[in-house]
Amino acid sequence: MSLSSSPETGDYRVSGPPVLRDDTKFASGKIAIFQYFTVVVFLYLIAGFWLVQVRDPEYYSEQAERNRIKALPVLAARGKILDRDGRVIVDNHASFTLILSRENLKDTHLRPIAAGLNLDYDRLRTRLARFSSRARYEPILIKDELTPGELSFVEAHRDPDTFPEMELIPSQRRLYPQNDLAAHLIGYVGEISEGELNSPEFARYEQGDVIGKAGLERQYNDILMGVDGQRRVVVDNRGREREVIGLKPAVSGKNLQLTLDLDLQVVAELAMENRKGAVVALDPRNGEILAMVSTPAYDPNKFAGRIRSDDWRLLVNNPDVPLLNRATQAQLAPGSAFKPIVALAALETGAIDDSFQVRCGGGASFYGRYFKCHLKGGHGTVDLHKGLTQSCDVFFYNVGNRTGIDAIARYAEEAGFGRKTGIDLPHEAEGVVPSSEWKMRNFRQKWYAGETISVAIGQGALTATPLQLAYAIGGLATGGVWYRPHLVRDPNRREPPRIAKINPANAAKVVAGMYGAVNEGGTGVRARLPGISVCGKTGTAQLVSNELLRASKLGQSLKDNAWFVGFAPCESPEIVVATLYESGEHGALAAPVVRDVIKAYCDKKARTARTQMLAEVRQAAPQLGPTAPQAVPAP
Amino acid sequence: MAKYRTIRDLDWSLLIIILVICAVGILQIYSATRGTAWEQAWWRQGLWVLAGLMLLWVMVSIDYHTLVGHAFVYYGLAVGALVLVLLVGRTVSGGKRWLGFGPIYVQVSEFVKIVILLVVARFLAELKTERLAVRDLLKLVGLIGLPMALVMRQPDLGTALSYLPILAVGILVAGLRWKYVAVIVLAAAVVMPLSWLVLQDYQKARLASFLDPARDPRGSGYQTIQSKIAVGSGGMWGKGVARGSQTQLRFLPVPHTDFIFSAFAEEHGFAGVVVILGLYFVLLMQIVQNAQMAPDRAGVYISMGVCALLLFHVLVNIGMVVGRMPVTGIPLPLMSYGGSNILSMFLMLGLVNNVRLRRFVS
Repeated sequence: MSLSSSPETGDYRVSGPPVLRDDTKFASGKIAIFQYFTVVVFLYLIAGFWLVQVRDPEYYSEQAERNRIKALPVLAARGKILDRDGRVIVDNHASFTLILSRENLKDTHLRPIAAGLNLDYDRLRTRLARFSSRARYEPILIKDELTPGELSFVEAHRDPDTFPEMELIPSQRRLYPQNDLAAHLIGYVGEISEGELNSPEFARYEQGDVIGKAGLERQYNDILMGVDGQRRVVVDNRGREREVIGLKPAVSGKNLQLTLDLDLQVVAELAMENRKGAVVALDPRNGEILAMVSTPAYDPNKFAGRIRSDDWRLLVNNPDVPLLNRATQAQLAPGSAFKPIVALAALETGAIDDSFQVRCGGGASFYGRYFKCHLKGGHGTVDLHKGLTQSCDVFFYNVGNRTGIDAIARYAEEAGFGRKTGIDLPHEAEGVVPSSEWKMRNFRQKWYAGETISVAIGQGALTATPLQLAYAIGGLATGGVWYRPHLVRDPNRREPPRIAKINPANAAKVVAGMYGAVNEGGTGVRARLPGISVCGKTGTAQLVSNELLRASKLGQSLKDNAWFVGFAPCESPEIVVATLYESGEHGALAAPVVRDVIKAYCDKKARTARTQMLAEVRQAAPQLGPTAPQAVPAP
Repeated sequence: MAKYRTIRDLDWSLLIIILVICAVGILQIYSATRGTAWEQAWWRQGLWVLAGLMLLWVMVSIDYHTLVGHAFVYYGLAVGALVLVLLVGRTVSGGKRWLGFGPIYVQVSEFVKIVILLVVARFLAELKTERLAVRDLLKLVGLIGLPMALVMRQPDLGTALSYLPILAVGILVAGLRWKYVAVIVLAAAVVMPLSWLVLQDYQKARLASFLDPARDPRGSGYQTIQSKIAVGSGGMWGKGVARGSQTQLRFLPVPHTDFIFSAFAEEHGFAGVVVILGLYFVLLMQIVQNAQMAPDRAGVYISMGVCALLLFHVLVNIGMVVGRMPVTGIPLPLMSYGGSNILSMFLMLGLVNNVRLRRFVS
C-alpha cells in the first residue's frame, strides 16, 4: 500500500486509502512539553512515596502494628479485706466482663448489641463518647456480671461476620458480706467518674478504672487495687487471633488485714438491730478499732457493679440517711457522757477539790435562768463521785460554772474533741468544742457565762462523734495516753501516742466515778457484767429543750439521744466501747449494747486462752485427749 | 510496499523493560495471593503475558496504516460492543463490564481503548489545518464522548476517564489556539461541580475520602489508609518478599489487582519503588522516542496516545496507592492481575512497535 502525501490538496476521502500528512517534525515542541509533564508527574509520585516511606515510616509501621496487634486487658484481682484473725470479710468472685474493641466497632451494631445485653442504648453511646480520648486500640468495658442469657447472646454473635467488636474477658467482681455487715466501714467500689478524673487526688487513674469510692475501699485503694496486665495477640483483618506475642500478667492487689474483730462486729450489729445509731469499739492500748457499726446501713453489693439509679435514689432520699457513717460522721451533743471531761478539767485546774459538794434539789438558777436536773426530786448532797455515779446535772452545772468554758474547752480538745481523730477512713467529722475564742471567731460575739452551764452537761453548742467519745474516754482511762485510731494493722508503722500531762490521781477519781456508775447502783447498771470490772458513763442528750415542744407531735420524733461509753477492765483498760442510740431516750438503754460487746470480748479472750493452754498441754503429752496428736518435739 | 522486517528492528529495550515489569508483577501477585482463593493467579498472569507476546507479534505483522484506514469501521464495532455490554453484559460487583464468550470473559472497554487510539490518529492525521479548528475539536470530542458515555453507564468511571488522555494528548500534539484552551479550562471548571450530581454515591464517597481519608476510616477511606500503612511500613528497604504483614494478614484490599503496587511497596520499600518507577519512566520515554521517529502524523498520534494512556494509568493507580489520587478501579499496566488489561497493553505496545518498524518508510 502506498502512501500519498499532498499537504496542499489533502482532501477527505471516505473511500480509498486515507491521505495522511507525513511531516512529523510538526510536533516536536509539543512532545517535549509532554516529556516535561511526565517528569513532573513522576516527581509528584516519588515525593508521595518519599513522604510515606522515608520521612514517616515509623508512624506507618506503628499503624501497621496497630492493625495486626490487638491488646486485651488481663484484669487484676482486687485485694481481699480480712479481719484481725484472717477471716475474709470482702472477697472477689469470678465473672465475665464484656468489652468492645473500637478497632472493629461499627455504629450500626450498637443498637443490636445494646438490645442483646439489656443495656440502655443512649447510655452506651454516652459511655463510648467518654472513652473517645483513649488510644484507639484500648477496648471499653461495657458490662460485667453477665446473665446466662446475655452470655449466650455474646457467644452466638461475636464471630467476625456479625459483631466482631465484642470480647469476653474473665474478671473478678467484688463480693461483700451479706446483711450489710460493716457496710460503712468497708465502703464500696465503682468506676471512676468524670469529676474524680479531674481532681488531683485521682491523677494516676484513667477512664474505666474501678476504684474504691467510700470507706476502706477508698482509703486504701492504692493497696487494694492491682495493676491490670495485658495480652497481646496478632490478628488478621477479620480479628481472628493468630498467635499470642506478649503476656504481661496482672498484678493482684494486696490483701488488707484489719484490726476489726468479726466476732465483736457481729455482736455489735445484732445489738443495734432495728435501731438508728452507731457503735465504736477500740483498744486504748494501741488505737486498734475492734468493731464499728452504723445503722441503718446499705448493701454494698448493689454498688459492686453499677448501682441502678432507682436503688441510688432510694438511698439518697431516705430520711434516715443510710449512707452516713454515724460512727465517724454523726455530730451530736454527747450529753452527760461528756461529764468525765468536765470533771477532769475542774480537778486539773483546781476549780474544785476533794471536798467540793453541792446540794441538788432538782434544779438550780444561774444567770437568771433555771436549769433542771434530770432527777425531779434532786440528788441531795452530791460530791464528785456521786455526781458521776448518778450523773447529777446540778452538780455539774456548778462545776462547769466554776471551771469556766475555756478550761473545759482546753481539756476537751486535749482529750480529742473538736478535731479529727485521724482514723484511716475518709470524711471524718470534727465535731464542735465551743469556747470564747470559738464564739468570737464564728459569731463575733462574747461568750456568756450562762452558756457554759449547758456545755457542762454535754449540751449547748458542743457536738461529738461516737468515735471521738470512745477515743477521748479511752485516753482518759489510760491516764492520758491517746493512740490514733486505725483500722489496718501495720506492724511496721509504730506511731507514738499523744501523751497529756494529767495528774494520775485526778484521772483515778474520774475513773472511780465511772466505776460507780456501773457497779454501785448508778445510771449505768445495765452495763454491769459479773466477774468483769466495767466502768462507764451514760449520756442522755436532748434534741429539744422546750417542754411544750417535747410534748407535741414534733417533739415525739425528736426524742433524746442515748449515749453510753464503757471500758474494761477498769484498772488497765483493754477495750473501750461507745454507743449512740438515736431516740433512745435514756442513756441507760444504750448501756446493754456496750455490755454485750465487752462480754463478747472477754468471752473470746477466755476462749482463746483455753485453746492455747490445751494446745500446749497436748504438745507436751500427746496421749492426752481423743484428738489427733500434734507434732511432738524430740525429747 | 513490503518492508523487510528484521528482528533487530524491534524495540528490544522496550520489550525487555516490559517483560521485567511483568515479571515483577507476577512475583508480587504470587506473594499477595498465597493461601487465598486467588492462589493460582500468578501463573495465569504468566499465561496472559505469553498470550500478550503472541498478540504483540501479530500486531507487529500488520501494517498500522491498514488499521488506521479501517478505524471508523472498528469504531462502529466498538460502539456496538459497548451497547451489547450494557444490554447483555455480565454483572460483576455492581458493574456490567464483561462480555462472556464461553469460559472467557472480555472486558470490552479495555479493547475499545485501542479503537480510540486509531480513531484519534486517523482523525487528527487527516486534518488540513495547522491547528485544530473549533468545528473539528467538537467533532472529535463527540467521537470520543460517545463511547465514554456508554462506558460510564456500565458504570465504570475510571475506564471512561482513561479515554480522555488519548483525546488530550491528541489535542496537545495537534495544536490548539490558546483562546480555546482557556475556554476549555473554563468549561471544565463549570462542568466539574455539575458532574457531582451525576456521580453515583460510591463515587462521591470515594472523592470525599480522597480529600479526607480519616472521615470514614471503616468505609471508603479504608482502602487509602490501609494502602498508606502498607506502603509506609515498608520503609526504605521493604519487609521482604512475601513478608508484608499488611498484605499477608489481608489488611490491604485487592493486593493482586488495584493495590498491587501497595503490596510491592510494602515488601520492597522505597528502593524498590524507585526502581519500578524508573522502569516505567524509561518505558514512557522510549515510547516518546518512537513517536519522534514515526514516519507520519498518524504514527505520532498513535505513539503519543499510548504514552498518554500509560502515563494516566500509572499516575492514577500509583497515586491512589500513596493517597495522592482518589480510589478508582484503574489497574496498573503490566503489573495488575487481569487478562484484558495485559492483552490490551500488549496490543498497544504492538502498535507502537508497528510504528517504529515502519519508520524508514519515506
